[in-house]
Amino acid sequence: MSRSDQVSEHGSRTAKESGREGSVPRQRASSRSFLASELKQLFRRGRTQALLLALAAIPVMIAVVVRLSTAVPPGRGPAFLDRITQNGLFVGVTALIVAVPLFLPLTIGVVAGDTIAGEAGHGTLRYLLVAPAGRVRLLLVKYVGAVAFCVAAPLAVALAGAGIGAALFPVGPVTLLSGDVVQPGEALNRMLLIAAYQTVSLLGLSAIGLFLSTLTDVPVGAMAATIVLSVASQVLDQLPQLEWLHPWLFSHYWFGFADLLRQPIGWDSFTSNAMLQAGYIAVFGALAYGRFVSKDVLS
Amino acid sequence: MTSADRGAGLAIETTGLSKRFGHQLAVNSIDLAVPQGSVFGFLGPNGSGKTTTIRMMLGLAAATAGSVRLLGQDMPGKLDEVLPQVGALVEGPAFYPFLSGAANLHRFDAADRHASPGTRRARVAEALDRVGLSHAARKKVRAYSLGMKQRLGIANALLSRRELLILDEPTNGLDPQGTREVRSLVRSLAADGATVFVSSHLLAEVEQICTHAAIMSVGRLVAQGPLAELRQAGTAQLRLITPDAGAASGVLVRFGMTPVIGHPDGADAVITSVLPGSAGALSPNGSRNPGGAGGTGGTGERDAAAALEAAPEAIVAALVADGVRVRGFAVERGSLEDRFVALTGEGFDVAQ
Ligand SMILES: Nc1ncnc2c1ncn2[C@@H]1O[C@H](COP(=O)(O)OP(=O)(O)O)[C@@H](O)[C@H]1O
Ligand SMILES: [Mg+2]
Repeated sequence: MSRSDQVSEHGSRTAKESGREGSVPRQRASSRSFLASELKQLFRRGRTQALLLALAAIPVMIAVVVRLSTAVPPGRGPAFLDRITQNGLFVGVTALIVAVPLFLPLTIGVVAGDTIAGEAGHGTLRYLLVAPAGRVRLLLVKYVGAVAFCVAAPLAVALAGAGIGAALFPVGPVTLLSGDVVQPGEALNRMLLIAAYQTVSLLGLSAIGLFLSTLTDVPVGAMAATIVLSVASQVLDQLPQLEWLHPWLFSHYWFGFADLLRQPIGWDSFTSNAMLQAGYIAVFGALAYGRFVSKDVLS
Repeated sequence: MTSADRGAGLAIETTGLSKRFGHQLAVNSIDLAVPQGSVFGFLGPNGSGKTTTIRMMLGLAAATAGSVRLLGQDMPGKLDEVLPQVGALVEGPAFYPFLSGAANLHRFDAADRHASPGTRRARVAEALDRVGLSHAARKKVRAYSLGMKQRLGIANALLSRRELLILDEPTNGLDPQGTREVRSLVRSLAADGATVFVSSHLLAEVEQICTHAAIMSVGRLVAQGPLAELRQAGTAQLRLITPDAGAASGVLVRFGMTPVIGHPDGADAVITSVLPGSAGALSPNGSRNPGGAGGTGGTGERDAAAALEAAPEAIVAALVADGVRVRGFAVERGSLEDRFVALTGEGFDVAQ
């Protein structure tokens, strides 16, 4: 390293003078840059892109199948399936409904379960912590990353649905569940609203995934556990014997977005869902904090 | 000396530091004192508790008992103030395999809330250059060799100006050339004024660069101090070749030795003995324990005093005076390696 030895003296002074000014605005800039780094890493990663592509493939698959087949009698298959041939905008809505029970929770499980355990699995957790990232800050940044994915995932379904629907089918005014007719622009807004509803729906599950992720150094374990819980919650929600439990299950309002397709828009379900999810965020956020702040990092 | 006095000049100070994993005490009440500005070798066989100690120092793991001060501040209480001044390599390098070397360093630097984003690019480039990895900066870490990862790990420790570097087995996986480069890098860091704490299970790899060392064995700190003192603490061995074994033994016994007579090739006897006064054991806090080989009580005391002063030439003179034909005479001081092996049992055995 003779070559580098020559530059080292001068270079390390530079680092001292410009790299270590711990003033408050700088720290804030630096916190933003950690979040930016997390988001960049998440969305540039091949696995994340594959998950989003798989989600986007749902409406494409639906649209292509509908386009290539003869008309389906109404009332069979997922909701709105029979309306697609008349109006391509229904592709996105149908796909969003199809994705709710399994595909969306599956991808969220992968991302949220990976947050801390993935870093532990790579051994990079110890280097983030000695950087020092700060345990609470790391947890927050990781959760915000998972939330960003919760925004991206339903959006990928909705936008791919709108795109393929417009490409393969006619697009026109849409009749809402209340019987009112809205123009395609407003219909698109409603679809984005459903995507937003699903983003909110997934926040609680993300918090659960984050907590599970602090329990293990094996990311696949945290991912699988998160996904299993999402299925379990939906199964419990089906059992009439557990009626008292239903309003507390994080998946309880997952399908409650029909009111967004009425005129005027009904926000009750949206609000209940948001409050329930906030509760899950509070509880599992606290658990994740309690666990992670005192955890021995031995990975 | 109060603990405040002691703490003033110490980059690392641990007091009764312990870590228990289940039934096993991985680190057993160690009192490390690493002077500021030293290059401190933290030696011990695999499994002796070096990495666990380092994890506790850096606030990655909580101590079961005892305390740590880094750069005069309590850990982990003052972690946020201390760690920005500390560069570390812990239990080998670890990176995101799907990112390039430079992108990995950007990521870790972004995690440091005290590091300025404005100078990040320049500092990453400089750190990569310093470890000789500039050419591979854009390569995915997945495609790095172990040696390259090790260098990248060291580069990560050098992203900002550091007061203290804690390098856990930095030469692991490096070829002899790489090992030499790491040594010269450590020297240059020390020359810049940093304290370098470097752990290794291979004494030879750090012996040449250290000013101080500590030796761990099965979770205990068995010796610590300036390297010169540790070396002296090794026992010196006398080796005498003579046909007059009986007479020679008599002389050596007068000097307070317990000679061992061997006849390796039949003709001359080879007599070996520990040289008295050479076995001053070092206590873990670094002070020399005087009179390690001294006898106790009665007439033995005077003999022992004489023996402590016995210079090799005096022994030879006495032998010659008694008519012993000295055909070979040597005093061999044990290397630090011998001492390391003596203190830790078999040097390369994995401790439980
Ligand atoms: N996560 C862990 N769980 C249980 N025991 C551990 C763990 N990490 C280390 N140990 C034990 O602690 C002892 C010291 O390990 P370590 O500090 O890694 O040694 P070294 O770094 O000197 O090779 C070993 O006996 C090891 O088995
Ligand atoms: Mg180790």
